[in-house]
Amino acid sequence: MNAAASAIVETRTVVVNASRFRAAHEADWTRLEKLVTRMEKRSIRALSDDDILALPLLYRTTLSSLAVARDTSLDRGLIVYLEQLTTRAYFQIYGVQTSVWRQLGHFFARGWPEAVQGLWRETLVCVLLTLASAAVAFLLVRNDPSWFFGIIPESLAGGRDPSASAESLRRTLYERHNDGLATFATYLFTHNSQIAIFAFALGFAFAVPTILLILYNGLMLGAFFAVFAAKGLTFNLGGWLAIHGTTELFAIAIAGAAGLRIGMAIAFPGRDTRTESAVRAGRPAALAMAGTVLMLAMAGLLEGIGRQTIVDDFSRYAIGAAMLAGWLTYFYMPRKGRDATALPK
Amino acid sequence: MRRSFVTPEGVDLQLELGTAGARAGGFLIDAMMIVTILILMTLLLLSLAWASKAEWIVILWLLGFFVLRNGWFSLFEMGGRGATPGKRLMGLRVVARDGARLTGGAVIARNAMREIEVFLPLSFLAQQTAQGTADLFLVLFALVWSGIFLFFPLFNRDRLRIGDLVAGTWVVQTVGASLGADLVHEAGPSRRTFTEAALNLYGVYELQTLEDVLRSGNDDAVTTVARTIRDKAGIDEWGNDREFLADYYAALCVRLESGLMVGRRRENKFETALARR
Repeated sequence: MNAAASAIVETRTVVVNASRFRAAHEADWTRLEKLVTRMEKRSIRALSDDDILALPLLYRTTLSSLAVARDTSLDRGLIVYLEQLTTRAYFQIYGVQTSVWRQLGHFFARGWPEAVQGLWRETLVCVLLTLASAAVAFLLVRNDPSWFFGIIPESLAGGRDPSASAESLRRTLYERHNDGLATFATYLFTHNSQIAIFAFALGFAFAVPTILLILYNGLMLGAFFAVFAAKGLTFNLGGWLAIHGTTELFAIAIAGAAGLRIGMAIAFPGRDTRTESAVRAGRPAALAMAGTVLMLAMAGLLEGIGRQTIVDDFSRYAIGAAMLAGWLTYFYMPRKGRDATALPK
Repeated sequence: MRRSFVTPEGVDLQLELGTAGARAGGFLIDAMMIVTILILMTLLLLSLAWASKAEWIVILWLLGFFVLRNGWFSLFEMGGRGATPGKRLMGLRVVARDGARLTGGAVIARNAMREIEVFLPLSFLAQQTAQGTADLFLVLFALVWSGIFLFFPLFNRDRLRIGDLVAGTWVVQTVGASLGADLVHEAGPSRRTFTEAALNLYGVYELQTLEDVLRSGNDDAVTTVARTIRDKAGIDEWGNDREFLADYYAALCVRLESGLMVGRRRENKFETALARR
């Protein structure tokens, strides 16, 4: 044993695995490193056709070098280098997104409507909660108008309170504005979208704040209806609201539903672990929420521009109903067969 | 902190998670960039508004603010790099925990959660400064509530933000190491032989520590380590410490690797040379 060991030492022509390994593969590693660096700095378009063809081969060679090096070599510098190189290459090869257009196409064709479809129970709950709280606020304010001030902050009421005359209330519904409509629409869009995103994020706290937001939204709705109903303006307020409200309230219900789904998934994960359950709920819910931003952009246009220029009740109802029908068809229309725009898994 | 991450080829890449410090740094860089762009945009649009008073300037500002606040993180992370400029500078990257591709849904989910992690505490603070002193209990409640979300990454072993938790992502380091020199090859043909007893002193852990010492090039460390090894092995003074260590490293590496070949891996000096794993 002793003789054998010293013999190795004496006749050594430097044959540790790391050296042998480097001699055999270092050229491949260096080439891969160069390609990956170029892709990281610029993009895959910076590579020539030959390089692109070589990339997967080089990646697998390096990956197998890593596997072998881990088991046979004790050169930690080498192993760390191979680990980091393969990791970088992995992200360049497997992490690359499909083109933005393809992703957008998939979002509109499948991702968004399917995400909303998947949330139908939660959406229904949000709609019912809104209606219920609106009914409660309506009854409260009809019986005792002082409740109105407990529900609606003065800045929001803008004179539309129980003490206002029928004439002034009517005027708020049919006022025509011509200045700053686009600005108003943009403001409404960004403001409402922020609330939708907020409602989604708050879902994490076991959905309690999300439900409170939805309930409060319903309360405000009911309180306003009570004020206008007292002056016989229910139908008119309905038109004023319907033109954008079908889109806006639907969007808020979906955003609330997305928050609700996350909160429920975390509170009651069922058979899954809490993290698995959160992820399974979180990703589609986020898609649905991103869609509500688009819905709210449309609602902002309808409210900011459409409502200010269209003052006929029937046109307002018609537009509102058409929008609602459009959204319902788009979201809940059954989609059969394979997904032509599916992203490769 | 390393986490196992198996590629489709079945090799475990052993990802290194981003440290809390690096991630906070990345976020601060992004935040500063957002604020700077916001200020520049505001100044530019103000100067334009001075001249023309057009309506679209206000619209542009509102939309710009909205996109900066909600889109900065998502849009950058949806790109091929999976990182915002701040993350890139800190050598970080967002990755799906299951090894699949990072989807748009995941990126949106993890960034929408910033609403309650960052903007909520910020708006509490802003309200506080605006209103002066408010109810002490309300302030305490607000701070505790937002603190839970803000410091969430420090309370779980994978350093997950709430956004990461919901989106199924984590943030890993992607620093590129360059291939160091081959120490054994560099040492050249051996100038001396070592006795069996001298080579039986150490295991893999000590070998790799020795590798670190040699690669670091710290002369004090080389001298200290060389003296320790000589004392232990009972070897007399042998001239240049660095050459001595390089030779010893090469010899020990050859010996331990030949052990590996026959299935004997000696993890450290406490295991006996012939112990089977």
